[in-house]
Amino acid sequence: MTKNNNTSSAKKRDNKGIMLRLGGYVVSQWHLFVPAVIFTLLSNQLSLMGPRYSGAALDAIEAAGGVDFPTVWSNVARMIICYAASALLSYVLAVIMIHLSQRIIYKMRRQVFEKLNTLPVGYFDTHPTGDIISHISYDIDTINSTLSHDLVQVMTSVYTVVGSLIFMWQISKPMILIFVFTVPVSILFTRYRSKKVRPLFRARSKKYGELNGYAEEMLSGARSIEAYGRQDVISERFSRRNEDAMDAYYKAEYNAALLFPSINLINNFSIAMVAIFGGILYMYSQNGTFAAGSMLFISLGGVAQFVQYSRKFAGPINEFSNILHEFQSAFSAAERVFRILDEESEPRDAEDAAELKNVKGDVEIDSVSFGYTPEKQILKNISVKASAGQTVAIVGPTGAGKTTVINLLMRFYDPDTGVIRIDLVPSLKIKRADLRLAYTMVLQDTWLFHGTVYENIVYGRENATEDEVKAAARAAKIDSFIESLPDGYNTVLSDDGVNVSKGQKQLITIARAFLSDAPMLILDEATSNVDSRTEIQIQEAMDSLMRGRTCFVIAHRLSTIKNADTILVVKDGTVIEQGSHDELIRLGGFYSSLYNSQFS
Amino acid sequence: MRKILSYLLPYKKRMAIGFVIKVSGTMAELFLPFILTHILENVIVTEDVGKIVLYGGLMVLCAVAACVFNIVANRMAAGVTTRFSKSMRAELFQRTLYLSSADTDRFTIPSLESRITTDTYNVHNFIGMMQRMGVRAPILLIGGISITLVMDSALALVMIATLPLIFITVYSISRKGVPLYTGVQRSVDDMVRVVREDAQGIRVIKALSKNEYENRRYDRVNRALAGQERKAGVIMGVVNPVMTLLMNLGIAAVVAVAAIRVAKGLSSPATVIAFMQYFTLISMAMMSLSRMFVMYTKCAASAGRIAEVLCTPSTYTVTECEKTDPSDSYISFDNVCFSYFGKKRNLDSVSFSVRKGGSLGIIGATGSGKSTLIKLLLRFYEPDSGTITLDGRRLDSYSREELSCRIGVALQNDFIYADTVEENIRFGRELSKEAVISAAKLAQAHDFITAAEGGYDRLLSSKGTNVSGGQRQRILIARAVAAKPDILILDDSSSALDYKTDANLRAAIAEGMQDTTLVTVAQRVSSVKGCDLIIVLDKGKVIGSGSHTQLMESCPEYREISDSQMGGAFLD
Repeated sequence: MTKNNNTSSAKKRDNKGIMLRLGGYVVSQWHLFVPAVIFTLLSNQLSLMGPRYSGAALDAIEAAGGVDFPTVWSNVARMIICYAASALLSYVLAVIMIHLSQRIIYKMRRQVFEKLNTLPVGYFDTHPTGDIISHISYDIDTINSTLSHDLVQVMTSVYTVVGSLIFMWQISKPMILIFVFTVPVSILFTRYRSKKVRPLFRARSKKYGELNGYAEEMLSGARSIEAYGRQDVISERFSRRNEDAMDAYYKAEYNAALLFPSINLINNFSIAMVAIFGGILYMYSQNGTFAAGSMLFISLGGVAQFVQYSRKFAGPINEFSNILHEFQSAFSAAERVFRILDEESEPRDAEDAAELKNVKGDVEIDSVSFGYTPEKQILKNISVKASAGQTVAIVGPTGAGKTTVINLLMRFYDPDTGVIRIDLVPSLKIKRADLRLAYTMVLQDTWLFHGTVYENIVYGRENATEDEVKAAARAAKIDSFIESLPDGYNTVLSDDGVNVSKGQKQLITIARAFLSDAPMLILDEATSNVDSRTEIQIQEAMDSLMRGRTCFVIAHRLSTIKNADTILVVKDGTVIEQGSHDELIRLGGFYSSLYNSQFS
Repeated sequence: MRKILSYLLPYKKRMAIGFVIKVSGTMAELFLPFILTHILENVIVTEDVGKIVLYGGLMVLCAVAACVFNIVANRMAAGVTTRFSKSMRAELFQRTLYLSSADTDRFTIPSLESRITTDTYNVHNFIGMMQRMGVRAPILLIGGISITLVMDSALALVMIATLPLIFITVYSISRKGVPLYTGVQRSVDDMVRVVREDAQGIRVIKALSKNEYENRRYDRVNRALAGQERKAGVIMGVVNPVMTLLMNLGIAAVVAVAAIRVAKGLSSPATVIAFMQYFTLISMAMMSLSRMFVMYTKCAASAGRIAEVLCTPSTYTVTECEKTDPSDSYISFDNVCFSYFGKKRNLDSVSFSVRKGGSLGIIGATGSGKSTLIKLLLRFYEPDSGTITLDGRRLDSYSREELSCRIGVALQNDFIYADTVEENIRFGRELSKEAVISAAKLAQAHDFITAAEGGYDRLLSSKGTNVSGGQRQRILIARAVAAKPDILILDDSSSALDYKTDANLRAAIAEGMQDTTLVTVAQRVSSVKGCDLIIVLDKGKVIGSGSHTQLMESCPEYREISDSQMGGAFLD
């Protein structure tokens, strides 16, 4: 796919570019697309021919010398064949289109997902998960329905309109004049109404969304509402929103109620006109005023055909504005999808990036400064050194920049200035994957995926043996719990899995960390919402994980902090104090005052 | 369904008028092909152009009438539907809030949510459609059939023969589609889940270089989804071609039979033209009727789910009870046992008592029954055995209002909603601004509230995501104390506060609310240390009770917890 560089501030959407790019997907499936086009044309041609034969049959019925049966039968037979073939073809077409669109959609979803995994962590920090999900599901779905439905619809419509016009032209040229009047009226009217009604429908969905949101929000607080006896007050507020939503609904429906009957009116009006002019022409044709072959001549069958074609002809024209709208929304959906595909991936490793082998574990952060945005610096000129096997405890208030240090160590972000060295090699000169694999990381928010316990642990090192997995679970002191589960290691961890508590999930991630067995460790000590006993278990597991590794710990526990080789006290992005526990207490600064406050 | 339809009763007059208008409109439409045939068959022979124009004009008139009547009827229908759902949904919501906790657990919150949103929406759509198409379709059908029967009964029968086929096709395939689309939806959920997991675990994935693994994991669900969608599409794709085919075959049959009948002088060619048009109208009507049947099954299921909530009887009863002397115990539990599902005992023979103005601390591991105890005290659930008394009266003699007036409570992970800080503290009660502010001061929240832009008028987001955990807890505590309750319950509601703020809070409560009986549930020993009575819960049983010093000596579990917490949430 071509790289799109025109992400300029131009607000106007590049419809042409998007269309070409979407077209590219369609063309890549040409072996399905070409038959689809052919089948569309054939199927429509066949169904357009139906009324011709019924008209001919009718004329044969009305023939001067009584019913001309052979002609009637042959025409009826033709009708049946045409319609049957048309139905068959249109089903085959539907199947082809489903395959076509599903292939494209599958490919697009896959591209988006694979793209996601190459994006820098920053993308996920700045884009809510809900948005990402809506691109990969809702937006791609919108494109899907346009591809599988509207594309055929457009081809069909154009063909039907043109085909009907040609046939009508052949039947009676003067009567076409009726449509010179009704078609523009119909198009203008639908366009005008849709423009007027669409914002009303948008308002309706918005109000509905708000109402649903409010209901969800309040139900989540049902117990508090009960405890405070506020049911009536909240119901009253809900009713107000309910009323708003229903008013918006009514407004939209009220206005939309005009559209369908009016279109019907225009169509019926055309038919009335066909009846009048067709009737008059037929009358003069019958009494011989218009000779057969004259432009004004029309047979009864001709009138019948004309009515049928005019109905066929009207359908697509009424749909015109809807389809246009569908295409618009498909384009904006495609634009959002393409925007993800065009995001900058994590930069490639430098040309001279080395592999990292036999890591000792000396880490040096050397005068590093960093900010997520150029305006706001989070870390200012930080330096710290950890020799192999040493522990660095990072402490400080929330928002001081503790997590940022970890982001830089893992190269989720790169420093603006300064260097981080591993075994004296600057981290930018190391292959990213190698560098990251040199660390084991245990974060506060435990991340487990939908799968078995075993799969979640072995995630730490895919080629590990079953014994190694069990050993890791043992080291994390979670083995006996796992074995007590109904399916042991094969128990599926699902979102609604009530069987595993938060603390136990934490222990499973620690087991995963044990298995990955990297020389360096990054640890974010969890504190919240685990009961005290599990907490003790987690502490023990973490302590044994730390043994023999270079550790960076965002520390909350006093014992970790006290035992650390270096304590880094971070406040407002700068290291304000640095040293061992005893040194810092002796210093009598920020750390010592905080330390003492908890005993007061 | 009957229960739900009863909400339509107030509008029966309007609906009747709408019905009449709709019928008139549809009838007008039905006359069009009739007049057309009349022109071709009878008027043209008179060779009177004026007459042709006259009858043509009549057609236009019918078309206009059909249009106007349909618009008016549709608008009236929208009005009725709107009012219907308004009242139904409002009542459903209110009933939902009044459900007992046991019933709420049984229904589950997500299910209740979807009843209020999706299910009412389904019913709404059906009621709307019923008024619009439910009238039009049968009339087009019956009217069309009657007119054609009058015009030429033999031809009409040919046509009618195809109708059951159309109905069966559309109905059976659409029915088949429902489970297929449920399958698709499940696959979509799987796919979304993997994407969500991937986005949330991106750091771990990158740390372990698991791109390939994740791509494979995604590919599995993506493939499954594409397969499901394809299957559903291939089956549903049958409907349109078959429908169109049946309709067209019907026309062919009409033409063929007409030929025979015209030859016998039983019918006229112009009738065939009318038939073709009636046939289109009738088949369309048939199609929408079949669709309505499918929608009906969906609507009936939704209506059933709504009615289930509306018909759940209130289990909240108030018994008579003599007031006994409350002298030394204000809140007391006497041998209280309780179980959520009747299997495991969640509370097992719990007994204790607290004096008025005293303080009770409850500590224990997750799942030990701390929050259950609080829920019983709030009468969210009734104990299986044993008695709870409050101020000398059995708890079940208190009405909802009485109880909620006496108790102020801040629950664990409690409820903050999208509104101002002030309103979140007030929580819909009649409290003066001064009361709100003094509550905030007591809860140590005043300073951070006024420091932020907007102060008390600052808008909080849903679930309070735009304030920190500690700030959230203080707002909740302010809410709990604002009405100066007799009993203040803090269920793990100061866990995110730093030690200093927590201590200040406790001092402020002790000073400002001397007559209030305080119940504190906590994980941290420091939060309950100062209580008159502390009970230690383990698996629903009281394994220790007494003051801090007593427990440090007598209860090894308590000591263990206390020791492990030295250092606590340091520096956070």
